[in-house]
Amino acid sequence: MIESHLPVYIPFTFLAFSLVIPLLAIWKDDWSQPVATAGAGGAALLSLYGVLTHAGSEPLRYYFGGWPPPVGIEFVYDGLSAFMLAVVNIVTFLVLIHSRKIRLAEFASKQMAFYSVVMLMMLGFNGMILTGDLFNMFVFLEIASLSGYALIAIGGKPAPVAAFRYLIIGTVGGSLYLLGVGFLYNVTGTLNMKDVADMLPLIAAERSLVTALILMAVGIGIKSALFPMHGWLPDSYTHASSTSSALIAPIGTKVAAYVLIRILLFTFGLEQINAVVPLTTILGLLACAGILYGSIMAIAQFELKRMLAYSSVAQIGYIILGFSLGSVLGLIGALLHVLNHAVMKACLFMVAANLRLQEGHSDIRRMDDSYRLKYPGTMAAFTLAALSMIGLPPLAGFFSKWYLALAVIEKSNWLFLVVLLVSSLLNAVYFFRILEKVYLKNPKIQETGAPPITPRQEPPASMLWPTLILGVMLLALGLGNVPIVNFLEGAAP
Amino acid sequence: MIDFFLGHYSYWLTTLLLCIGLYGILFKRHLLKKMIGLSILQTSIIIFYVSIASKGGDATVPVKAAHLPVDNPDLYINPLPHTLMLTAIVVGVATLGVAFSLLMAIWNRYQTLDEQELLDKTQND
Repeated sequence: MIESHLPVYIPFTFLAFSLVIPLLAIWKDDWSQPVATAGAGGAALLSLYGVLTHAGSEPLRYYFGGWPPPVGIEFVYDGLSAFMLAVVNIVTFLVLIHSRKIRLAEFASKQMAFYSVVMLMMLGFNGMILTGDLFNMFVFLEIASLSGYALIAIGGKPAPVAAFRYLIIGTVGGSLYLLGVGFLYNVTGTLNMKDVADMLPLIAAERSLVTALILMAVGIGIKSALFPMHGWLPDSYTHASSTSSALIAPIGTKVAAYVLIRILLFTFGLEQINAVVPLTTILGLLACAGILYGSIMAIAQFELKRMLAYSSVAQIGYIILGFSLGSVLGLIGALLHVLNHAVMKACLFMVAANLRLQEGHSDIRRMDDSYRLKYPGTMAAFTLAALSMIGLPPLAGFFSKWYLALAVIEKSNWLFLVVLLVSSLLNAVYFFRILEKVYLKNPKIQETGAPPITPRQEPPASMLWPTLILGVMLLALGLGNVPIVNFLEGAAP
Repeated sequence: MIDFFLGHYSYWLTTLLLCIGLYGILFKRHLLKKMIGLSILQTSIIIFYVSIASKGGDATVPVKAAHLPVDNPDLYINPLPHTLMLTAIVVGVATLGVAFSLLMAIWNRYQTLDEQELLDKTQND
């Protein structure tokens, strides 16, 4: 019973909870956060169950209303989407636990609306991951984006301006995607991804297909902040409230990148694409430019959240780079990086939130060695995540870069290898700058002979523990990467 | 040549609308005017879908009527793009709603909707 309906249960948990929260709030406004967390926890458990039971088995296809495609809409629950759902929902669950105290500090009222919109956004992301229909994808994309704009607008004073800019750019992206789907529908007469994939080799209308392909790639590229379409991202992440950025940064752009993988790899097929237009080469080069640009811009930032935002631009480049290689190894590297980066970025944004709650700012210039004594747990999690971002073994970040590097070497693409190595060094620059301030410099000991006694000021347990769990998860994911890679190898086509 | 333009006139008009929308988004400094541009852009895509549904000839709207036999699809235009566009229109309305509430929030905080002035004012925050 639960097996065959699993693909619907997971997204609709979020839909149900987004409706339950406002109703409950009439009675008890304070329950929004626990109820939302429970909903995300339920969805996370279901998707974890799905990954464990469906590993390697046939894809589960759920037909809405019993109408088989191409007439009806279908959800496709295969290894890839099961994996993505588990990543997204588990990270969301932890971020929502973490959100209780920081939300109270940043904006005390309107928690019902906030959590309800969070649930709606997660419905959008889950739907984007699952759907097997191109137009349905547009609808879920817009659900996720519209809730995302609202969530980003809650935050600092300039947050609505950043959200508005994101809205303009994001809606243009969505519209271009829709236009691309229109071109594709015009020549294939179907909207089902699998049906389109079966139909494409039979179609001669090359110009329409190229137009459709480029419009869709640009549309999704805007949503995934692929360089040079990343302009909306740094301001949005910086000014949004801590919970919003901890939710959207690890998940939003990753889901869009996954949609790009689905459309380019599974619907169009890389061979067919490369026969008409060198899209993968272009994507690979853009990804490289994004990796270098994001890393260099991150070095120039003095605000922790802004630095992490630019680093996100760079990290999305790794994912695009991985799958644009078109090999199984590259795809594994890209997907492993989706998982690792989601955990790392969530952890880092949580650290920024913890510091903001306790210090009132997250300015790198004002960090010093007292942080090590005041926040031993938070800074330990930060260190784990930072080392993982740089790619030190045995942390998770090393393994995704390892597979990406293997894939690049397999294709003998030395430019990409140089970019991977240089960007790791650049990552090291902007993270060691903070680690050095917190752990190495100690002028006070030299002056007085003994360190001054600084009381611990760790944030509340509901914020500290999710941060630490994510940090330790990075270690676990790194050490236990073999079963994950095996799973992904089975999921790759 | 003339046939090429006249035969595809609805596509030319859609393209023109799309360009007008993009022009508004890119070059107008007032945020409300950008919103109008965005709306025009979305409308142009809706018209594009509606025009690909057309079949020419005798095809008409798919409404059951006495003089239209139900077993001949050539007499009906393709209804699917129209239904898809119903959803797209709803999405567009939702986008407008979110955008206007954002504009209100911006106005309340900065008392301006001019992009350049906003850039100057947000620089300090």
